[in-house]
Amino acid sequence: MSYQHKKIIFEPIVDNNPVILQVLGICSALAVTSKLSTTITMCIALTVVTAFSNAAISLVRNHTPSSIRIIVQMTIISSLVIVTDQFIKAYAFSISKDLSVFVGLIITNCIVMGRAEAYAMKHPPFPSFLDGLGNGLGYSALLMVVGVIRELFGSGSLFGYPILPLDRDGGWYVPNGLLLLPPSAFFLIGMIIWVVRSWKPAQVEQPEYKIYHAPRPEVAS
Amino acid sequence: MSAPESDSAVSAAPVESARRTLLVTLVLCLVCSVVVAGAAVLLRPIQETNQKADLIRNVIAVSGLLKEGLTEEQALKRIDAHMIELATGDEVKGIDPDTFNIVKAGKDPTISTELTRREDVAGIRREPRYLPVYRIVGANGEFKKLILPVYGYGLWSTMYGFLALEEDLRTVQGLRFYQHAETPGLGGEIDNPKWRAQWTGKVLFDENWKVQIEVTKVAVDSSTPESHHQVDALAGATITSRGVENTLKFWLSDKGYGPYLSRLRHERS
Repeated sequence: MSYQHKKIIFEPIVDNNPVILQVLGICSALAVTSKLSTTITMCIALTVVTAFSNAAISLVRNHTPSSIRIIVQMTIISSLVIVTDQFIKAYAFSISKDLSVFVGLIITNCIVMGRAEAYAMKHPPFPSFLDGLGNGLGYSALLMVVGVIRELFGSGSLFGYPILPLDRDGGWYVPNGLLLLPPSAFFLIGMIIWVVRSWKPAQVEQPEYKIYHAPRPEVAS
Repeated sequence: MSAPESDSAVSAAPVESARRTLLVTLVLCLVCSVVVAGAAVLLRPIQETNQKADLIRNVIAVSGLLKEGLTEEQALKRIDAHMIELATGDEVKGIDPDTFNIVKAGKDPTISTELTRREDVAGIRREPRYLPVYRIVGANGEFKKLILPVYGYGLWSTMYGFLALEEDLRTVQGLRFYQHAETPGLGGEIDNPKWRAQWTGKVLFDENWKVQIEVTKVAVDSSTPESHHQVDALAGATITSRGVENTLKFWLSDKGYGPYLSRLRHERS
């Protein structure tokens, strides 16, 4: 694998993370991260869909009239999502019950659409595939961090295995109920963005405006 | 942009022409529909097996058979499932209880009836005409327990569960909800093993077979005679707790399993 290809895959994980830098795909990040088993299933599903939809869209990019390109992208993405959803229902039934509609909602995930429009429409299939893979992994990396924190401190377990003994089962750990609710993922993602941007100041956006300090009017009293 | 790939007859017309647009749409739709339909058809048998297994696993869990030291396979042999018509309590042939979908049946107008406001204690709007029941039999085929699917509305969601009754058809062996979306940590504690354990041994009917069960906010005082009809409510989840109480009241009434239960009592007395 050449340096170029490696860069396409690994750049979206920290330097150009779709969630941290572009703040895309937040909705599903809130919904599926209360348990690691659902988080990892969602991560795999999204990575597979982004990678293959990018490759497929790139394959047909020179035959796609620009007037219908968005609908072509949507059709390819939604077909892949349905297939993925069917596979999860067949081979990970209990997890699919927890994920409910969120696999279906990958169709509307901004990361998938964004990569299709921004990258796959302009590049050949293989780099597009890698770009989709990289962005899926970037999304996954963030979700896994959020998932570990939420499950460990919200239910005292990881992948359902108890790590911190809960007080209601006779242990010492009182779980933090807030972490099981969707807003906590919002706070966590916010804090992760803060940490990453302090570490890599290049990711900090330029302020859109500055507060202007007007000179105090001198009024004679 | 890279050069166009070597391509087929598709490129005869320029990319932006109307003919080309239609052709691309048609081909794309065909390919996608074949892929989607293929996946759905090929994977359906596995999905159905999963669904069945999941339901049965819940029945086994509430039956308490595993606690008696049976394996899942042995427990499966002790379960005798059949469909009943709720209004009459009659057994119904011709519907497979293993593939019957309770969630769907409750919404399908062809096999469910609408409930009036007054009747709809459990907040479920429609009631299916038929439902599966599971009789647990002993090693020699004698009747041991009865498991009934129940569901009702909590705070946010319809809670689907199973109620297991002892041989006397009065005492609770277990109550377990397998599908709900109540607040984690509050109403979601209906899954908590400690709370579930409280239900075991509670008596749902009085001497005259009138439904008598109450979820109380004050801790149950076990010295009072009513205590075996009372269960502690979940802290911070008044509406979910009331939903559980209403669910039981509805399904044990004449609108629910009443006719079937009274028939079973007569058969057994």
